[in-house]
Amino acid sequence: VTPADLLRADLKLVTELVPHGSRVLDLGCGDGSLMAHLRDERGCVVRGIELDPSEIAAALHRGLSVVQADLDDGLTGFPDNVFDFVVLSQTLQVVRHPAFVLREMIRVGKRGIVSFPNFGHWRIRGYLAARGRMPVSRSIPFSWYDTPNIHHTTITDFRDFVSANGGVIEQEFPLLVGGFSAKVQRVSVWPNMLADTAVAVVGPAK
Amino acid sequence: MTENTPAGGRTSPPASGPQSHTLARPLKLSCGRELPQVTVAYETFGELLPDRSNAVLVCHALSGDAHVATGAGADGAEREGWWDPVVGPGKGIDTNRYFVICTNVLGGCSGTTGPGSTDPETGEQYGLRFPLVTVEDMVEVQVALLDELGIDKLLCVAGGSMGGMQALTWARRYPERVRTCLPVATTWRLAAQSIAFNEVGRTAILGDRNFAGGDYYGGEQPSQGLAVARMIGHITYLSDESMHHKFGRRLRDRDALAFDFVSEFEVETYLAHQGRKFVERFDANTYLYMTKAMDYFDLCNGADSLAEVFSDTPVRFLVLSFSSDWLFPTYQSREIVDGLRGAGAEVSFAEIPSPYGHDAFLLEPEEQRRYMEPFLLRALDEARGTVEEGELS
Repeated sequence: VTPADLLRADLKLVTELVPHGSRVLDLGCGDGSLMAHLRDERGCVVRGIELDPSEIAAALHRGLSVVQADLDDGLTGFPDNVFDFVVLSQTLQVVRHPAFVLREMIRVGKRGIVSFPNFGHWRIRGYLAARGRMPVSRSIPFSWYDTPNIHHTTITDFRDFVSANGGVIEQEFPLLVGGFSAKVQRVSVWPNMLADTAVAVVGPAK
Repeated sequence: MTENTPAGGRTSPPASGPQSHTLARPLKLSCGRELPQVTVAYETFGELLPDRSNAVLVCHALSGDAHVATGAGADGAEREGWWDPVVGPGKGIDTNRYFVICTNVLGGCSGTTGPGSTDPETGEQYGLRFPLVTVEDMVEVQVALLDELGIDKLLCVAGGSMGGMQALTWARRYPERVRTCLPVATTWRLAAQSIAFNEVGRTAILGDRNFAGGDYYGGEQPSQGLAVARMIGHITYLSDESMHHKFGRRLRDRDALAFDFVSEFEVETYLAHQGRKFVERFDANTYLYMTKAMDYFDLCNGADSLAEVFSDTPVRFLVLSFSSDWLFPTYQSREIVDGLRGAGAEVSFAEIPSPYGHDAFLLEPEEQRRYMEPFLLRALDEARGTVEEGELS
């Protein structure tokens, strides 16, 4: 499993979760693949935020509108609840202020969709337990001192994180992307141990 | 016109050379006064498609003119335009695809009515009797010209610095007449720092012993004052880093310090040269009017917020800023972006990394092209699609 595999797996799920005609903000939208897909296949109104200039240029070539910004600076300018969905795909672990980013997501969007690699997966636990070293794998291929992933979380930690920051998890999809099957599998038992990635639909707590 | 499609293969699309048009009607100005007669100098580059879908208006900055790209000048000889790296065949604003129009602004000194023009009521040059003009007034002149050229809708209105202010003003006042807006290295209102630099420039001009209350046209020009104004302006267009790289502390034509008040550092002789060069081609009164127009510029004028100004605008935006621009810093472009977000507008934005300060919009063509090209292509696709749909119904 590579990071690109993880991304593809949860992009597919995101597409299924977003109803036709929704207004969607994609945080860390990359070259705009998800946005273009949502626009073309599901008639969505899409906006993107991205840091990397070449990704922004690629998204513009797809006819998309993207603003260069750092998610840690917040979603300034957007009024409350202007989006139906705000998507944060495999990016939560790289931001400096995850709690602020989550609060901004559920401020400007009616719902957030967050996907993240599960650091509680048994392979990672086993790696740390057996070798006593920070896990490096194909899905998390970085040394601890040179990684963009500065805020790893587990599924259990994520639940606490959401409720501590004014959100509520409406739907949770623990997934196994790197299993023996070539297909992405839903994990129904012991998700924090058996899922290597997770997608959660987060709304504001009532 | 013999070709119906943008001619991608040719390398030199037609350029109109200097054109001049006198508006059919007097022009009512923001200040309440009226100009009985306005002549506007303009140039065009490329070919207007038969469906008129590919017109791009490029607006110039303080010291610019209508000659935005390479083409014949007044003497018939071909010369480069002020935005040559960005506007031309195969460039960010591709004149093989787009019909580019550029006008000299109202109050200018390169063919359009300004303080150096003759007042038809007195038969004398206006000087300071010329009314103060605003960025809105500049736009009204462009609107009147396009009306008379028969161009109802622009594919894009683009410009850097004061040109960006005009572009934003177009989008505010005539959202139904512009498909896209491309403001570069600009701001939605001048901050105190920018007004301060403008005021120092004006003070230099107004204090020149040849200024004569603005009526210097028959005699000695206020060259010293205008040169100083240009030198100050030029400093604000560069950056600490670019000046360090360009000049450092190097001395010009000498090995040791002179211990005298002569120009000895390279940066000094460079600024003196810029000042001298500018005086040869620019009118001091126009400098006064342009800087004042910028000082008065406030896109939010009469509204509570930028979000209100652009509420539900159909115009799509691409905002570009430069990392080392301290005259109109990135945060001011981000304020525009935030306002557009609040308005529900479609906006793209990028801050281009560059050491060149404000001047970067003239010096970083490739970095601008990577965003401008796809932005404009999408607009052209949509414009042409819309027109075809309209023809079918």
